[in-house]
Amino acid sequence: MEIPYTVDAHPETGLHNSKIGIWLFLASEVMLFGGLFSAYILLRTGSLPGVWPLGSDILSVPIGTFNTLVLIISSVTMVMSWASLKMNDFSKYKLYMGTTILLGSLFLVIKIFYEYIPKFSHHHFPSTDTFYAIYFTLTGLHGLHVLGGILVNLYFWGPGSKLWKTEPERFSNRIEVAGLYWHFVDLVWIFLFPTLYLL
Amino acid sequence: MSSAYHDEGFWRKYVFSTDHKWIGIQYAVTALFFLLIGFCLILVMRWQLAYPGEAVPIIGKLLSEEGMLTPDLYNSFGAMHGTIMIFLGVVPLAVGGFGNYVLPLQIGAPDMAFPKINMASYWSFFVGGVVMLASFFMPQGAASSGWTMYPPLSVIQTTGETMWLIGMVFLITSSLLGAINFITTVIQLRTKGMTWMRLPFFVWTQFITSFLLLLAFPPLESAAILQLMDRLAGTSFFLPSGLYVGGEVLNVSGGGSPLLWQHLFWFLAHPEVYVLILPAMGIVAEIITNNTRKPLWGYRSMVYSLIFLGFMSFIVWAHHMFLTGMGTTMAAFFQTTTMIISIPSVIILSAMFISLWGGSIRFSVPMLFALAFLPMFGIGGLTGLPLGLASADIHLHDTYYVIGHFHYIVAPGTLLALFAGIYYWFPKVTGRKMNDSLGRIHFFGTFIGMNGVFMPMFIQGLAGVSRRLYDGGTTYLHAQPVLQWNEFMTISAILLGLFQIPFIVNFFMSIKRGKKVSSNPWEATTLEWAAAPSPPIRHGNFSSVPEVYHSPYEYNVPVNGTVEEFVPQNKVLEVE
Amino acid sequence: MERAEDVKKHIKVYLWVFAGLVIGTIVTVAVSNLQAGVALGIFIAMVIATFKGSLVAGFFMHLRTEKKLIYFVLGITALLLLVLMFITFFTIGDQVGVQIVPESAGHSVH
Repeated sequence: MEIPYTVDAHPETGLHNSKIGIWLFLASEVMLFGGLFSAYILLRTGSLPGVWPLGSDILSVPIGTFNTLVLIISSVTMVMSWASLKMNDFSKYKLYMGTTILLGSLFLVIKIFYEYIPKFSHHHFPSTDTFYAIYFTLTGLHGLHVLGGILVNLYFWGPGSKLWKTEPERFSNRIEVAGLYWHFVDLVWIFLFPTLYLL
Repeated sequence: MSSAYHDEGFWRKYVFSTDHKWIGIQYAVTALFFLLIGFCLILVMRWQLAYPGEAVPIIGKLLSEEGMLTPDLYNSFGAMHGTIMIFLGVVPLAVGGFGNYVLPLQIGAPDMAFPKINMASYWSFFVGGVVMLASFFMPQGAASSGWTMYPPLSVIQTTGETMWLIGMVFLITSSLLGAINFITTVIQLRTKGMTWMRLPFFVWTQFITSFLLLLAFPPLESAAILQLMDRLAGTSFFLPSGLYVGGEVLNVSGGGSPLLWQHLFWFLAHPEVYVLILPAMGIVAEIITNNTRKPLWGYRSMVYSLIFLGFMSFIVWAHHMFLTGMGTTMAAFFQTTTMIISIPSVIILSAMFISLWGGSIRFSVPMLFALAFLPMFGIGGLTGLPLGLASADIHLHDTYYVIGHFHYIVAPGTLLALFAGIYYWFPKVTGRKMNDSLGRIHFFGTFIGMNGVFMPMFIQGLAGVSRRLYDGGTTYLHAQPVLQWNEFMTISAILLGLFQIPFIVNFFMSIKRGKKVSSNPWEATTLEWAAAPSPPIRHGNFSSVPEVYHSPYEYNVPVNGTVEEFVPQNKVLEVE
Repeated sequence: MERAEDVKKHIKVYLWVFAGLVIGTIVTVAVSNLQAGVALGIFIAMVIATFKGSLVAGFFMHLRTEKKLIYFVLGITALLLLVLMFITFFTIGDQVGVQIVPESAGHSVH
């Protein structure tokens, strides 16, 4: 027996399996980052007056803003790659998906070489104080999510795209699911950026 | 999975299998192994409690030169007993084992919705388990700050704590993957006619359990990440300023909050209690209705109670923390929610008791275990009420009373139900029945042994004996009148261990030599019994897609003027 | 399932959303330069972040036209997230003999 509704939508829920799966996964991710955000709130409100620094005094707002734009553009190209598949344009898909991967990598490169490494060379480590601790932990975990997204996207850009020839419907479903994850990572950054850099 | 059912090699079929039935078996066998290890740890600890400072027989030389359990090892064993029993034993058996094997069969699905993710879930669990066990061989030994890993102690403790956290991340990942799979499967893959109110109660319990795992585990994952940072990167998320260790101020930046860990931990760990008990309730409900030969009493109210219970379990967690200096406002809030959450539990328990009323009960081995579950869970639940009230809890919290209370829930409660499940579904998995006489010996030995171990804990606890004492209270004046119970509990524990031998023998012997049975030996109504006895791995579950026409427990219901002994869910009845 | 013609219409929307996100980012940074005070600053920043977040979720993640089941799952999640954040916050704030003042978290732990 085949597993039903891997491609087609279930008549009652109107969804195929992997769409439910990814949203459940994202729900758990919400709770994961939610736990970290509440840790941030508690540590900040619990800190001695005047101890908690202003993010913009320590972190580079221009770099952060630029990186925010990079991620937003990558979200647009991600959704465009899915739309291209829906319009049966595989070469455009390749182009947009490739751009998404490059933008994601650019984000990480900037993060590591223009933010982390300069901080380390000035002897600012997670152990320095609670602000750095939460900054490195939150952005680090977010960075790992970006990396995971890049790897998944790379797979669908390269070997995984063979599925397009045999099961186009299923392939574009997969891209939609990968896209949902990628947008979520973008969404987390949209909250992380003001929290850490501006407040 | 289009190319699923070709003949595959040994590795794909038996090691990296994607078939839910085989994964269920893998989970169950691994979990039983871990349960045994966890039990052995506590046996050694109980020896130390009954005979403080005396050499442990047989394995003593492995522990220390004098042959006795050292205080450090005692702490390690305590922490790892809790961790192994909960995260590597009971949950994998109840959810990973029974859930994986039975749930798709009961809803008439060909497999889980995501078979490969299911495989990943098992192997992530396996790696987590290996990491946990490996921590015993770390230079300074395994984690030793309790299964709750409270900082600051856990942050400044041995390297084994790091292993604990890493292992935990694997176990959490495993649970998340499993939960996503279970929920999607129940929503999407119910067969034709299997409406929500026709789902067997066991499926409902697994469904709610999966939501608890999905949404409660991530905060612990974030807490584990923070504590890993504390341990490895030198941050101070959980370390307050000015912390003294060994007479000196600890050289960290400080500014953290140990209470933060407790909140994130218990936000998971209270729902986790329901993860432990709900599948057990599901198993017991199945077996009771099957062996009383009448429909489950109050099926709907049980389902609604279950959903309410699942939701409420998220807002009671701080009743584990009344001793942290919590103010009266929030203490009152958590007391109230804790009292409220007992209502749905009582509804479910009562419904199962009432189900016995007027039934013609078959005292089969699974039924004996299921029947024993009811009063045992009752004792566990009722002794929990004083702990939910802040004023009583302040007296009882750090005593053996707490140990007695939650062990009545998970040991004579959940474990008896899990044994019941093993005896009940064994014929489905292997096509053979387990031996009845050995099963009865196992039952009575286990039942008496468990009560012998845990009942005296209430007495000791009410007398005020602390639950964390290496010597079992020998040096405390107020503990003297109840000290004799230590020996009694240890002997009971040893007997309990001995009575597991008939089970182990029975389990392995019956795989090859048990009495062969038909596909439906218990004359049950749910769909798993419509599949072949021992349904072959990697060849689908049913010969044809089953269709459901009835509610799950149609035993002795009037049909066309006569009374049908049992009506399987997929049986077509001619209506006159 | 979306058909090709529908998707074409979507693309226009995506570009508008993109513009909205860029503007949102610029406004956040600009407002933070005004030094509006911590409380007001946090409020404004979170309002803009929520606005941007709902753009991404609503349009890129198609939540605007999603099925009931997904809303249901996300609804529970949002509720529990609030529970996790606020009840934890209140509980840590509410200490025996301690006012809810900033000094409390570092020293109230015994």
